[in-house]
Amino acid sequence: MIRIANGQGFWGDWLEAPVRLVEQGPIDYLALDYLAEITMSIVQKQKLADPSLGYARDFPPLIARIARPIRERGIKVVANAGGVNPIACAREVRRLAPGLKVAVVLGDDLYDRIGDLLARGHTMQNMDTGEPLASIKDRILSANAYIGAFPVAEALATGADVVIAGRCTDTALALAPMIHAFGWSPDQHDLLAAGTIAGHIIECGAQCTGGNCQVDWQSIPDMANIGYPIVEAESDGTFIVTKHEGTGGRVHSDVVKEQLLYELGDPQNYITPDCIADFTSIQLADIGPGRVRVSGIRGGPRPPMLKVSISYAWGYKAIGTLVYSWPQAFQKAQAADAIVRQRLAHLGLSFDEIYTEYLGVNACHGPAAQRIEDPAEVQLRIGVRGAGRKDIDRFTRELVPLVLNGPPTGTGFGDGRPPVREVVAYWPALLDRSEITTHVEVVE
Amino acid sequence: MKIPLSQIAHTRSGDKGDMVNIGVIAYRPGDYPILVREVTAERVKAHFGDLVKGTVTRYELPNLGALNFLLDEALGGGGTLSLRIDAQGKTFGAALLRLEIDASSHPPQQ
Repeated sequence: MIRIANGQGFWGDWLEAPVRLVEQGPIDYLALDYLAEITMSIVQKQKLADPSLGYARDFPPLIARIARPIRERGIKVVANAGGVNPIACAREVRRLAPGLKVAVVLGDDLYDRIGDLLARGHTMQNMDTGEPLASIKDRILSANAYIGAFPVAEALATGADVVIAGRCTDTALALAPMIHAFGWSPDQHDLLAAGTIAGHIIECGAQCTGGNCQVDWQSIPDMANIGYPIVEAESDGTFIVTKHEGTGGRVHSDVVKEQLLYELGDPQNYITPDCIADFTSIQLADIGPGRVRVSGIRGGPRPPMLKVSISYAWGYKAIGTLVYSWPQAFQKAQAADAIVRQRLAHLGLSFDEIYTEYLGVNACHGPAAQRIEDPAEVQLRIGVRGAGRKDIDRFTRELVPLVLNGPPTGTGFGDGRPPVREVVAYWPALLDRSEITTHVEVVE
Repeated sequence: MKIPLSQIAHTRSGDKGDMVNIGVIAYRPGDYPILVREVTAERVKAHFGDLVKGTVTRYELPNLGALNFLLDEALGGGGTLSLRIDAQGKTFGAALLRLEIDASSHPPQQ
């Protein structure tokens, strides 16, 4: 049996979680998931500004903080913290924690190969819209193939204390230690599907230990000290989801079910580079306090194509808010919105979309919201998006004046006009996996 | 007997591009057939009205006593393009808990 913990569900997750996982009980592997779809474009921009950057900058200081216990206890760290510059990330880890052996997984980064791939007939159409990639090729900011668990397991086989990947799948971070420890092969589909589903359960950190959980949420104990998840994996593909004793939160089949359904598509076709997992085969059992056993998982062979995550410069957006108080707060906010729209039209500005929401009325739930008669206050929130920065910038000057020249009781303008933000959009595509060759490099 | 969905099920929702998924899970496995009968793709689509521009697809997971709904074109462009406060669809699951369903264990007589 091996214990695989997840201490980071995204870049920006709780900094204390991985440290506590190391300090508060036994684990063998510490998985850390840093990359959301849009993170790659952020790190790409950082690398363009400074060639020594382009990775999750929280990661090296974290490793420095836990270097001693992980070395003494043989805990292996597996992270997709490398972003678009895993080698630089590894060097920084080595600088801050010189005693650790670090291996990196390379080969996912396609940024410099896009022109060549297009020229050789790989159209990489947008999976959502069907548009060919050539239509936005000059605006691409990053391009990475999702790689699976086998290259990560290969890195673990070097004996490294810390394995750093770029754009590997979130689930690979948990599956790779199982492949490494149990010697699973690419044709053992059921086992790979089990490891993939274990990865899905823990990849969002505390979302499977009581975080963001609807089931009797007020009774979930000690959320301030919530324990992050641990999978106790067996070589036969069964595993137990748990957390360290004495930590807050709750592990129960109800909680695990919520996470199993999180960001799920077709449950019988959960596609990864390693296998296709069938979520309708999962059997859950509560076998003790804070322990859920998972078994019965089936899977199918890996697909011939790999998913490619491309980000590109789309344009600009800005979102501004004002608050109106009782009485008739909602009516005042609606009147203010109409005035803004009339003034924008008069200025002749061009937007792709103008979108208005009323927080406190129906912003989250739309027509499904419960209506409240004359609420105490309503926040008006107007967003605009467009290709031209100039028009977006002009919009940002149209909200604050309403405090003096619009409906009464407007407030909440203390931060002044809202910032204009660049919009980096996401372009999912498929690429023949024969185009992707990964390799492992040990950074001394 | 009409009750809100919240009395027999819990939910979690998330995003994939401009798509929202909502997992609907029966508290008691015995109530799963009620979910299958009452919480149809059509009713989910109608519940969200103009918040969801595209189609709604339903998948069944009897092993978990759960349904999974995919709501297409539901996030105003999704990801970074969206101008909505809930651009990741985190609260769609909670919104569905208000759906009124018939909780009798047998289908209503025609």
